[in-house]
Amino acid sequence: MSTTWTLTKMRMRLAMRNRAFFFFSFFMPLLFLFGGVGFFTKGSAGWTAYVLGAILTLTVIGSFWGLSVQLVTFREHGVLRRFRLAPVKASDMLSSSIISSYFLTLPIMVIEIVVCRYAFHMRSWGNLWAIFVLVTLGSAAFSAFGLIIASVTNTMQETQMINNLIWMGFLFLSGATIPLALFPGWLQRVALFIPATYLATGLESSATNMASLRELVTDIVALALGLWVAYEISRQLFRWEPEAKAPRRAKVWAVAALVPFIIFGVWENYTGVRLKQINRNYHALSSQMAGFLPGHK
Amino acid sequence: MGNAIIQVVDLYKNYGAVQAVRGVSFSVEAGEVFGLLGPNGAGKTSTVEILEGLRTPDSGLVRVCGLDPQTSGNEFKQNVGAVLQSTSLPDKLRVKEAIELFAKFYKQRADTNKLLEQFQLKEKQSAYCSHLSGGQKQRLALAMALVNDPQVVFLDEPTAGLDPQVRREIYDIIEHLKRENKTVLLTTHYIEEAERLCDRVAIVDHGKVITTGTPRELKHRAAGTTRIEVRLTRPVIDGILGRLEGVADSREFDGTYVLHSAQPPQTIVALVKQLQLENNELQSLEMFSPSLEDVFIELTGRRLRE
Repeated sequence: MSTTWTLTKMRMRLAMRNRAFFFFSFFMPLLFLFGGVGFFTKGSAGWTAYVLGAILTLTVIGSFWGLSVQLVTFREHGVLRRFRLAPVKASDMLSSSIISSYFLTLPIMVIEIVVCRYAFHMRSWGNLWAIFVLVTLGSAAFSAFGLIIASVTNTMQETQMINNLIWMGFLFLSGATIPLALFPGWLQRVALFIPATYLATGLESSATNMASLRELVTDIVALALGLWVAYEISRQLFRWEPEAKAPRRAKVWAVAALVPFIIFGVWENYTGVRLKQINRNYHALSSQMAGFLPGHK
Repeated sequence: MGNAIIQVVDLYKNYGAVQAVRGVSFSVEAGEVFGLLGPNGAGKTSTVEILEGLRTPDSGLVRVCGLDPQTSGNEFKQNVGAVLQSTSLPDKLRVKEAIELFAKFYKQRADTNKLLEQFQLKEKQSAYCSHLSGGQKQRLALAMALVNDPQVVFLDEPTAGLDPQVRREIYDIIEHLKRENKTVLLTTHYIEEAERLCDRVAIVDHGKVITTGTPRELKHRAAGTTRIEVRLTRPVIDGILGRLEGVADSREFDGTYVLHSAQPPQTIVALVKQLQLENNELQSLEMFSPSLEDVFIELTGRRLRE
């Protein structure tokens, strides 16, 4: 554990010395927050909470990029092989990526919540405890997904290309940017297979409806299972050496990380409870701002 | 070899169709500085990286401090330090942070401030690793190899690409390690490095150890001959230089004729006469006392840096 913590501190320090990190992890989420709240809510406290849920989701799924990309650079430049000589295990490197990414993301999320509460007059704090649990699990799970991509790709270029593709899916199919209720029915059903959907709907419910942990149990279990499976797979596929190429079967293992979300997606499609709830919440909020938002009747 | 701290027996390593290591065997005693001397691609790095636990051998037995580097995990890593041939550190890590970071991974830790002083890095302790010169980077790599006060230190081409002055500084450091009774396994293709630093040397070529001994013993194999290197305006008749008085061996490398002679003055006189007969002229003539290079030429028919 002390090795993991030592590496975590080092990686946080390196991130803080990186201007790009500040831009993407601090400046961009705040820009989205001010833009989102200013443009969409028009002073509605209910919509501010809804937008906060979406912005928190965007911030958390940013962990997907986070420090996993740094691991690829470390591997390409031969940094990882120097660590390999020391008593450092793959699990230390991976855990330090997840923990440091979490600690670096947490302050910006606190700022986002505080800004919404005081600057945009959000009526309540939402269910902070539920938000904390979802943010913690979500940050760890999405970091772990990023680590799998880092493990199965051979170059930084390949990593960025695949990350972008998956990132787009998370961004636009989870309800974090476009509300799921505005999607056609078939696309809503597809969205139930996307990991980020469980984070987005969970955070939106806890910010707007004070949803309890009990009500969010599916979201929490889905993210926890996703984290566990993704971490184990990335640990198995971890490579220290720059010239060690990912075997073909590695890409199949990467897909296995989606298994929990396929199971939950099938279940949610079968029961239909989540989609009903998503649509009900959205239309309830829309009625507060009659005629302003697209899709409102 | 009752006191062997490093033991390598019949080691093999292939990369696809390339046989990098082909039956290498040697042992190193505690406190010894042992050199693997050979040209690039001889299998030195593969051998040393197997010893460091970074690569898996195809077959053979390897023991370092009585431990198998492949299976002993952290217990093995606690006992060894290494400077790798190709590696780097995060760009935005500072020098002192790097040393302290790696020290924290080990149970036994050297005094990091002392290391900074010993390796003349005190002034650069707040500099980013990426801002160091080649020599400073190598001194940092050496300091980091010693953060756990290891029993065995692996140095893979520690002076490759460095200018002569920095190289000499690294030599001083290795000599200091020797005085501290550390066991050092050094790979190099610099003759003078092996001769100056190593207690014993294994000459490696094409993945095999072709001979082992102290530098003195090995040089003795050159049978007290002097190496004479000559360049001529025109090529000579094949084999004619090998028949000159006193010449034990004659070879041509890229237009330079290398003669090994037990009677240098007589050989030079005979050479001049021969050149007069052929209407040929000397461009340059250099004489060298016997070195490990001569042993390598004798055993492989090639020069070390071909």
